[in-house]
Amino acid sequence: MNSSLHEVEYVTATIGEQLFGLPIARVLDVFSPDRLTRVPLAAPDIAGVLNLRGRIVTAIDMRKRLDLAPLSKSEKSMAIGVEYLGESYGLLVDQVGEVLKLPSSSCDPVPVNLGPLWARLATGVHRLDGKLMVVLDVDRIFERHAENLAA
Amino acid sequence: MNDLLREFLTEANENLDVVDVELVRFEREPNNADLLGRIFRLVHTIKGTCGFLGLPRLEALTHAAETLMGKFRDGMPVTQDAVSLILAVIDRVKEILAELDRNAAEPDGDDDDLIRELERTAFGATGAAEVEGHSVGKLVYQVLERPLRPGEVSLDELERAFRETPGPQSEPAEERRQPIAERRGDERRETSGRTPTLRVQVDTLERMMTMVSELVLTRNQLLEIMRRSENPELNAPFQRLSAITGELQEGVMKTRMQPIGNAWAKLPRVVRDLSAELGKKIELVMLGEDTELDRQLLEHIKDPLTHMVRNSADHGIETPEERRAAGKPEIGTVTLSAFHEGGLVIVEISDDGRGLDSARIRAKAIELGLVSEAEAESLSDSQINRFIFAPGFTTAAHVTNVSGRGVGMDVVKSNIDQIGGEIEIKSIPGRRTTLRLKIPLTLAIVSALIVEAAGDRFAIPQIAVLELVHVDGDSEHKIERIKDAAVLRLRDQLVSVTHLDALLRLSTQADPAGEHFVVMMQVGGRRFGVVVDRVLHTEEIVVKPMSAALRSLSVYSGNTILGDGSVIMILDPNGVGSAIGGHAEANVVQEVANEVAPVEDADSSVSLLVFRAGTADPKAVPISLVTRIEEIDAQKIEFSNGRHMVQYRGGLMPLLPVNADVRVRTEGTQPLLVFIDKERSMGLVVDEIVDIVNDRLDIQVGSRAAGLLGSAIVDGRATEIIDVAHYLPLAFEDWLHRSETTLENLTNRVLLVDDSSFFRNLLSPVLKAAGFDVKTAASGQEALTLLERDTRFDFIICDVEMPLMSGFEVAERLRANPRTAAIRLIALSSIHSAAAIDRGREAGFDRYIAKFDRGGLLETLREPQLKWARAA
Repeated sequence: MNSSLHEVEYVTATIGEQLFGLPIARVLDVFSPDRLTRVPLAAPDIAGVLNLRGRIVTAIDMRKRLDLAPLSKSEKSMAIGVEYLGESYGLLVDQVGEVLKLPSSSCDPVPVNLGPLWARLATGVHRLDGKLMVVLDVDRIFERHAENLAA
Repeated sequence: MNDLLREFLTEANENLDVVDVELVRFEREPNNADLLGRIFRLVHTIKGTCGFLGLPRLEALTHAAETLMGKFRDGMPVTQDAVSLILAVIDRVKEILAELDRNAAEPDGDDDDLIRELERTAFGATGAAEVEGHSVGKLVYQVLERPLRPGEVSLDELERAFRETPGPQSEPAEERRQPIAERRGDERRETSGRTPTLRVQVDTLERMMTMVSELVLTRNQLLEIMRRSENPELNAPFQRLSAITGELQEGVMKTRMQPIGNAWAKLPRVVRDLSAELGKKIELVMLGEDTELDRQLLEHIKDPLTHMVRNSADHGIETPEERRAAGKPEIGTVTLSAFHEGGLVIVEISDDGRGLDSARIRAKAIELGLVSEAEAESLSDSQINRFIFAPGFTTAAHVTNVSGRGVGMDVVKSNIDQIGGEIEIKSIPGRRTTLRLKIPLTLAIVSALIVEAAGDRFAIPQIAVLELVHVDGDSEHKIERIKDAAVLRLRDQLVSVTHLDALLRLSTQADPAGEHFVVMMQVGGRRFGVVVDRVLHTEEIVVKPMSAALRSLSVYSGNTILGDGSVIMILDPNGVGSAIGGHAEANVVQEVANEVAPVEDADSSVSLLVFRAGTADPKAVPISLVTRIEEIDAQKIEFSNGRHMVQYRGGLMPLLPVNADVRVRTEGTQPLLVFIDKERSMGLVVDEIVDIVNDRLDIQVGSRAAGLLGSAIVDGRATEIIDVAHYLPLAFEDWLHRSETTLENLTNRVLLVDDSSFFRNLLSPVLKAAGFDVKTAASGQEALTLLERDTRFDFIICDVEMPLMSGFEVAERLRANPRTAAIRLIALSSIHSAAAIDRGREAGFDRYIAKFDRGGLLETLREPQLKWARAA
């Protein structure tokens, strides 16, 4: 079987010290989140809402979502636009990196000792040169909010 | 399915809805030939098209119905059974149409059952057609006010028997037929000038509306840019763009507007069927059917309206026997009315039935755990009544298949909430229940107030905003605290307020004592204030739904993009109200203001606080005199120096029982009416606060008993009206002597000038009971002399027809004198012609009131002072 059939393209992003990858099929765009309006009483990982070319996008602070310390005030995050159940969201990350085309053969399952929060959000780990890239499960990011909704 | 058939289906369904309504009307007005003509034509059209399209089943059925209606037209008496039969036919036709819609073919089966029945009725044993020739004349359809008992013969049968017996020559039939033919001719002329119409798919309109909404937003964004840019070249084209956008928005909105009558179309039938089923006599009155609103909203309110009307018919209206026993007309009335008011559509469903049973609702609310027994005790009836909107609430002792009062009222409320509407409920036990819906004209675009709290901006839909109150350290209004609860004195009411930043858990930056605005909101009869740091402006916003991640936040109803491009959260008045409600429960103070239900008969009523003290009979006092209603911990009541006292607001407040039968409680809570004048306060001890009602205050029996003005009928019960002035000197011996002005500051002063002592004696107790301090003068001269010494009157009520010096002359003199020129002048006269009113105005009177219109007088005295600003 030709191994290129098993290659997946990822948009890479760093959050904290960690490199993450999102399947490119799920990524709509990458933008700089300007004029974020915070939403009082919302879950802590909801960074706010913003206007992206006439659409209202709900921004999710991935550092909070991953239980990492907040970005220092001087640093500015970037946003990766995704869609979930027909609604627009922006995932706030520290930096957006290059797009990588990776063979599925270099992907390992999530290590069992990762911890439940991260383990739920990850579908696997790619071994890259010198570092590891955690593959994010986009739908899982929203599941907690969906639970909130049902509650 | 071919286009022809689809067209037919749409048209037939519309026609049938009309037939439904018209038939029910026809049943009541069997002599209305116009109505019959219309029904006949509609059915005939359906029949004709069926034949053309090859739909034999429908054709046969409608043909039989048409035959029966033809008989009606020829003068056959219209019976309830016959109308029921035709309604049954209509239902069957609808079933067949629905099947046609699904399968493009008529369903199998036949309608011989109905057709036989129709034929039997049309050509039945009575042979109405044959006797018609001499039975017409002045034949009047007669209704028996109850169903026939076994063995009884209907009045019409009886009538017919009489008429079939040979007797004096009756009038020729032509005379009756002639007008019908004429009228039909008229109608044809009317319909010939119709403007052509075009059917458009609703989806197309929806898409247009979305696009127009976006266009409005873009226009707003442009406007924001224009404000900053200095390019004058852009001004003219922008203004043009703006105007066209506005027109387009209006135009598209218009295409979506439908008369509310469309949502009511089925109700006459519903009520008719219900009356038959429940054995009640119910009349449905519909007013303002032409009031238009957005079709999307119409869809939302259709079911709630039907539900509320069913509820009114089932639970509001009593049986004829009960109604007779209660001295009411046998026929109950459910009134449905719609009208525009301040950019909103108001829909009221009102029945003259038994009203809500607050006691049962209270019991049920406790049973369901919605409220604790102790809390329920402290809630007024109108607060209690709102529990009918709680999910799953029903007090129906027996659940009929029609409705259990309350079943689904929660659904009604949530439907109304969804469209940003409001629902209020008002009930007068034994007399009336009124549900009032406030609905925005359109869903897509709402007008909103943009406010700021803790540096963040929020939009508040204006539908919920009553007024804005400016507060700061030195302004007239300031926010006070009772323990942790913030309250605002607004006119003569106490309103609980909440800081928006605290509600949203934002860190406050503003100085709490500094400048703020209170946005007064009203949701479902409950009034509350939200404190914000700034009010920026109002803006037309397009409500966009929030993402799923935010939808659980009930304080917001959506979000939107403002003209400056930023996103802003829209506060949901309902959500904010319930968030505040959670805090407010701890309040000691009952919010008197909230309880004042919308005035029903605005022309003559006064707000009265009804309470019990000592005896079981209700007592009342005009609410305008009461500063506060308090419930204090009974253990805090002290007894010293032979009287009860309580520490209140940093001082000792004397407590006086309303009468000797009232026992001051030693445990639990003690309800008090608090009267405050300057630094002095007095608490009147009562057993129970019953309610606040709006009613006429006609003191019918005067009283010599101390502390009582007399008795009046309040809310249908004989009620003693207490005289507050009696208690003040008891609390503080020097309350009145200390300064002449004390009592006067508490109330408005009125000078009543009338030469008839009868009228002076008639009116002054009424005015006193309404809370005014009244002085009288028996002539114009006496009034002027009195005014030389004392000009501190708020009103002068002056009879016009007086000997020596007429009221006009008095008015002219008062206006000419700078010391009295500002006093509000009311003319009382038995002459009420336009010329007399003009003459009064010329002389300087502000208002002109008929002499016997006590209600009008009281209402006038209660008008806000602003409204008195004179043209001069």
